[in-house]
Amino acid sequence: MENLLYIALFAPLVGSLFAALFGMTPKNLITGFVTSGLLFISWLASVLLLIHVISHGTVSANMMEWIGAGDLTIDFGFQVDAITAVMMVVVTTVSTVVHVYSIGYMDHDKGFNRFFSYLSAFVFSMMILVMSDNFAGLFIGWEGVGVCSWLLIGFWYHKADVGTDVNPSISPSWAANEAFIMNRIADLGMLVGIFLIYWNVGSLKYDVFFEAIPSLENGLLVAIGIALFIGAMGKSAQFPLHTWLADAMEGPTPVSALIHAATMVTAGVYLVIRANPLYDAIPNVSLFIAYLGTFVAIFAASMALVNRDLKRIIAYSTLSQLGYMFAAAGLGAYWVALFHLAAHAFFKALLFLGAGNVMHAMHDELDIFKMGGLKKVMGGTYLYMGLASLALAGIFPLAGFFSKDTILEVAINEDTYIIWFVLWVTAGLTAFYSFRQVFLTFSGNERYKEIGAHPHEMPTFVLVAMAPLAILAVIFGLFMEPFNEFVTTILPSYEMSHETHHIAWFFIIITTLIALSGIFYAYKKYASGLIRDKELENSFVYRLLTNQYYIPKFYGKVFAKPYKEISDMLWNKVDMKIVDTTVDAIANFFVVNGDRTRKMQSGNLSHYLNWMGAGAVVLMVFAILASMS
Amino acid sequence: MIGLNEYLILSGILFSIGLVGVLRRKNLLMLFFATEIMLNSANIAFAAIGGHYGDMSGQMFAFFIIAVAASEVAVGLGLLIVLYKKQGTLDLDNLAVMKG
Amino acid sequence: MEQIAFYLFSVLTIGLFLVTVLSSNVLYAMTSLAAGMVIISGFFFLVGADFLGVVQLVVYVGAVMALYSFGMMFFDATRDIKEKNTNNYLVFLLGGMIAVMFVIIFSAPVIGENIQATYFVANATNPQAVGLILFTKYLIPFEVAAIMLLVAMIAGIILAGKKMDDSLTTKDENHEEGATFDLKDVK
Repeated sequence: MENLLYIALFAPLVGSLFAALFGMTPKNLITGFVTSGLLFISWLASVLLLIHVISHGTVSANMMEWIGAGDLTIDFGFQVDAITAVMMVVVTTVSTVVHVYSIGYMDHDKGFNRFFSYLSAFVFSMMILVMSDNFAGLFIGWEGVGVCSWLLIGFWYHKADVGTDVNPSISPSWAANEAFIMNRIADLGMLVGIFLIYWNVGSLKYDVFFEAIPSLENGLLVAIGIALFIGAMGKSAQFPLHTWLADAMEGPTPVSALIHAATMVTAGVYLVIRANPLYDAIPNVSLFIAYLGTFVAIFAASMALVNRDLKRIIAYSTLSQLGYMFAAAGLGAYWVALFHLAAHAFFKALLFLGAGNVMHAMHDELDIFKMGGLKKVMGGTYLYMGLASLALAGIFPLAGFFSKDTILEVAINEDTYIIWFVLWVTAGLTAFYSFRQVFLTFSGNERYKEIGAHPHEMPTFVLVAMAPLAILAVIFGLFMEPFNEFVTTILPSYEMSHETHHIAWFFIIITTLIALSGIFYAYKKYASGLIRDKELENSFVYRLLTNQYYIPKFYGKVFAKPYKEISDMLWNKVDMKIVDTTVDAIANFFVVNGDRTRKMQSGNLSHYLNWMGAGAVVLMVFAILASMS
Repeated sequence: MIGLNEYLILSGILFSIGLVGVLRRKNLLMLFFATEIMLNSANIAFAAIGGHYGDMSGQMFAFFIIAVAASEVAVGLGLLIVLYKKQGTLDLDNLAVMKG
Repeated sequence: MEQIAFYLFSVLTIGLFLVTVLSSNVLYAMTSLAAGMVIISGFFFLVGADFLGVVQLVVYVGAVMALYSFGMMFFDATRDIKEKNTNNYLVFLLGGMIAVMFVIIFSAPVIGENIQATYFVANATNPQAVGLILFTKYLIPFEVAAIMLLVAMIAGIILAGKKMDDSLTTKDENHEEGATFDLKDVK
């Protein structure tokens, strides 16, 4: 069984290293095939492990000792319990599909081999993150996915800024830096949390820490909880560290599908789920997490309502759904959060891959106002995106319905009606903007003809590769009860109280109603074509939303600019003037003194004799001193 | 009664006079004169110590120093002749070929 | 008696050698050097090294000073070399310090007073003692010194001699045509 664990863990690494050998050479299909094949093997191993864990319980393995310094021992230890098995299957499924998809999507790209190397490295880091059994391994994986995300967002690093006021496009290297730096700021919080844990408990392993929780005092637990959550906020792009997610769309679409839909951004949710004994012990912090998640949900949904960029709409919807997951986790229903995580991964990845199809067909045009009527040419993609949007909106019997409605039910159960109300409104907004995007892209008048594009469908094998995601998006909801039973072997179970059970059907109906009304409104407004309303577009609220509440500008002015000025000042005044001058002065001292000493060699005998005499005097002084002491 | 100390002090004074001459002189011939002074002062010291203790080794050393000084003068003057033929002058400052 | 001699001789020596070192005329310097060496031989007689004193007179004053006189004649030493004395004080300071050091160093064992004579010859006049020690204990240095003198002599000849590759006996330039003695031209 341990071998399965190592295979699942290291197969992506082998693929990444193999593809790295071809990094400098022109596109070679073998890299795509080998990495996809190795990921498929990893997926197989994950599924087998899942079956094993269902029947036999947790599998753990200790690969080797890593740090043994005095009292501090950290091992490369791995454990596969229910949570990890679920995450592994989700990650490997989406990753395999994305790899196969990329063979088709990146076929014109010069950095083909490099892309697969980075992609597999990312999967490897994510596997370390979910499979580790201590916080140090988690942190290694955390940093690894951060780095790979930076590499992948900035994949087209040679592209410069393209400033248009309609669809401002930032340079990918800037977006990559923004993502990495924001993650880094959050990682500081996480490190503080890890240090606190080590300092008070003495070990970083999960089980040791969880057993020690009842004996730690509440203030300390609150501090650890907040610190770890700050790390999760960065990785999962919660407010106020959310601006990087929208800009991360500058990377290639498979990257967005894998990283910013299914895996990396869910690492924060995984952390909260994994540390559930901690968050159960500090209900105030958990409640704060739930409120923050709810706020993010509606905040992101509002920004997606008016956006014109195809991928950014989907990015904001990811942000919104992450808010849902945090709300569920904050309210104590961890298994529901995990379930929504898995379901969301499938249909969000499907949405992104569909968007990739559209982009590929439209030669990287992203403005949905310039598309329309594509369903005649791209029927398969229309079907996939429609299915995914239905799942996202939460329509029975697709996956999103089960997970989202359960979250709303949890909100009622906990008597947090504000959370319920906000999440309910967000569900309607979600349905509206998803279908706004679908209709503007695929239905209505064919505006793409004005810009002279000739769209065509992707090759069949790509559509076939996307099929598993579509199937899962449809049927995954039916697995909710077995999922519940399986996962609550590790996670605390969460049962709805009796009253909630009785009135649950009522809430299901009104949720479905608002979702359907959202779809209907979008249909009415956009299905027949785009009619632009200049007055609406110039209104204050609209402009506020399109500029993302001016938060990026605020960050730039308040944080980035002063920081840069301080850096410049330190560089010029401190580094150049003080440090460099000191080092130069030391070197100069030696040069000047050497020059002076050189004059001793004058070739003049009398001069030499003088020096000889002086030397003799010095030696004799020393001799006398030595013989006297 | 003249003890050994006086002779040694005298020898030291003569040695330092010779040393001043060596350090100061720019004419090579006069430099040799000063060297002779130094050798003689050493001779006085040896002889005095040997005489004070009744040991003959001091005088023996003095003999050999005289022998060495004589041969040194011979060779030194020969070299000075060669140098004079080459340079035309006996100035020490002209001799700075190994200037660094 | 001894004290008067010692102090007289020492004042004379110091004065004469100061003239040697400080004068800018070669003739004065050389003369005072010779005179100083004569006085030094007086010192040797004072400490009882008779043979050494005579050797000093013969070798130093007689031979070495003669060599120096020839040298002075050979070099155009009447031409005064302009001596650029830049740093008198430094030189005198160095010299003084070294003198003090030497005195301290040499007088330390004397003050310590636990030295014993190595080669002590009793009941002999000085020349006899010298002969005894020199040819028995110090024989090897004596022979080596002899070789050294030989080498020095050869070196001096080579350095100072004129062209030596012409042989004086087989040279033909002294022979003229018809300078042979014929028995026919007797009348």
